[in-house]
Amino acid sequence: METEGIRDLIPAVIGILVRRGSGRVAITRAYADFASAEDAVQSALVRALETWPTDPPRDPKGWLITVAWRQFLDGVRSDRARQAREERIERQPGATGVPDADDTLQLYFLCAHPSLTPATAAALTLRAVAGLTTRQIAEAYLVPEATMAQRLSRAKRQLRDVRLDQPGDARTVLRVLFLLFNQGYSGDVDLALEAIRVTRQLSRLLDEPEVRGLLALMLLHHARRRARTTPGGQLISLADQDRSRWDTQMITEGVAILQAALAEDRLGEFQAQAAIAALHADAPSTAETDWVQIVEWYDELVRLTDSPIVRLNRAVALAEADGAPAGLAAIADLDPGLPRYAAVSAYLHEKLGDFGAAARLYAEASRLATSAAERDHLARCASVLSRAENPGTSGRRAG
Amino acid sequence: MAKYLLLKHYRGGKPALNDVPMDRWTRQEVDDHVKYMGDFQDRLRDRGEFVSGEALSMDGCWVRYDGDGKPPITDGPFAETKDLIAGWMVIDVDSPERALELAAELSAAPGAGGQPLGEWLELRPMLTEPPTISD
Repeated sequence: METEGIRDLIPAVIGILVRRGSGRVAITRAYADFASAEDAVQSALVRALETWPTDPPRDPKGWLITVAWRQFLDGVRSDRARQAREERIERQPGATGVPDADDTLQLYFLCAHPSLTPATAAALTLRAVAGLTTRQIAEAYLVPEATMAQRLSRAKRQLRDVRLDQPGDARTVLRVLFLLFNQGYSGDVDLALEAIRVTRQLSRLLDEPEVRGLLALMLLHHARRRARTTPGGQLISLADQDRSRWDTQMITEGVAILQAALAEDRLGEFQAQAAIAALHADAPSTAETDWVQIVEWYDELVRLTDSPIVRLNRAVALAEADGAPAGLAAIADLDPGLPRYAAVSAYLHEKLGDFGAAARLYAEASRLATSAAERDHLARCASVLSRAENPGTSGRRAG
Repeated sequence: MAKYLLLKHYRGGKPALNDVPMDRWTRQEVDDHVKYMGDFQDRLRDRGEFVSGEALSMDGCWVRYDGDGKPPITDGPFAETKDLIAGWMVIDVDSPERALELAAELSAAPGAGGQPLGEWLELRPMLTEPPTISD
C-alpha cells in the first residue's frame, strides 16, 4: 500500500469512528463528536505517514481504524477506568472487513450540511473527505492557516448536534463538489483535481446518474484547462484555443461516463451541462461545432433550471446556430443586470458587425468583470474593436 | 468566500458623523476606540474571516519611475489636500452583505463622548482568478 492512497481511506474511517462513537460513548455524550473523530483520524494519519514507509501494514484501513479509534477514545473520555474497559471490548472485534460505504456516504452529506454556507461546506469536505491538511486548504483559499483553522472549527461546532443518520440532499453534496471544482487551484493543492478525485469516489458509492454527470462535466472542462489561458494567465476564448492541447484521454473518459449516465434516462442539469461540454470537446473547430444540438441541450437546461444565466448562455449558442440577430432577440427580454450580460451583448454585437457598439459594451463588461483575467480579456476585446473603428488612434501608447 | 479590502482614511474622505478630530478626544475615548478596533479584529479571527490588516503611518511619499538613471520623483510628504490612508484590513467573507455588515460595525467604533464615530470606510472587492467554468 502506497502512502499516497491513504487519503482515500479517510472518509470511511471518520464515518466508522463517528458511528461507533455514537453507540459506545453515548454514556457520556449525546452524540459522537464529529470534530473529535476527525482530529483522531488526522493524528492517525500523521502516525501512518511516519511508520508506513518502513513498516507497511497488511491491512491499511484496519490499521487506521484501530489507531484512530484509540486516539478517539483518549480524546473523548476523561474516565480512565471506563476507557480501559471499553478498549478491551473494542480490541475484540477485528477492525477489518467493516462495511463502510454507508458511513462514507453520510460523511459527504454531513460535510455539505445545509447549516453551513457553501464555501464552508467546501472547505470542510476538503478536510474530512479529501483529507487535506488545514495548511493546504488555507493556501488554496489564500488565507492564513489560523483563519482557515477557525473557519473549520466553527463548522465542526455547528455540526456537533447533527445526527449522522439524518438523510441529506444529494443535490447539495453535488453543488459543494462543483463549487470546489470551480475554485480552481493555487499553491500546492489543485482544488479542481481534488474535486475530481472526491467526485470519482462518490460516484462509486452513490448510484445516481447526476453524480456521473458531474464527474463527466468536471473531466470535460478540466481536459481543456491547459488551453484556456496563456502561460501568463491571460484568458483565451474558445474559438482561439489550440485544440491540440486538449487532453483527449480525459475527454474520452468524460464522454464514456456521460453516455453511461444518459443511458439511465434520468436527466439532470449536470448531465445536460456535460452534454454541452462534450459537444464542444468533440468539435475540431468553433465553426464545425454542432451548435444546433448545443442549443437543444440548452433548451433542456432551461427546462431543468429555469435560470436566466442559462438563457444568456443559450443565446450565444443560438447566435452560432441561427445568426447574431437570433441571439440578440433571445437576450432582449433578459435583465441587463445579469452577470456577464454586457459581455454577451458585446459579443453578439461584434458578430453582427456593429463594432462601435461592441467596443462600448466590451468596455462596460470589463468594468463589471469579477476577475482580473476576465477584466483584462474584455478590455483587450474593447481595445481591438475601437482601434478597428478609429484606426488613427491605433499607434497611441497607454498612459 | 470573497475577499474585500477595508480602507480607513486619515483624511480625504467624507466627514464622519461624530466629526471630532482624534487629538481632541480624552485619553479614555482614545483607549475605548482602540479597544473596539482590537476586539473587532479578534472577532473576525475567531470567525475565520480575517486575512490581514495593518495600521499605516502618516508619513509616506509619492514615487514614480521617471526614466532610466533618473531618481524616482517624489512630492511627499503628503500635501494637506491629498488623501491619506490610515490603515487597511483584508477580510474573507461569504457575501457582499456580510462585508457591508462588518464595515458598518467597524465604522461604529466609539469616538468623542463615547458616541459611534460613524466614519466613512472604503470597501473594495478584490478581483480573483476566473472560475474554471464561466457560467
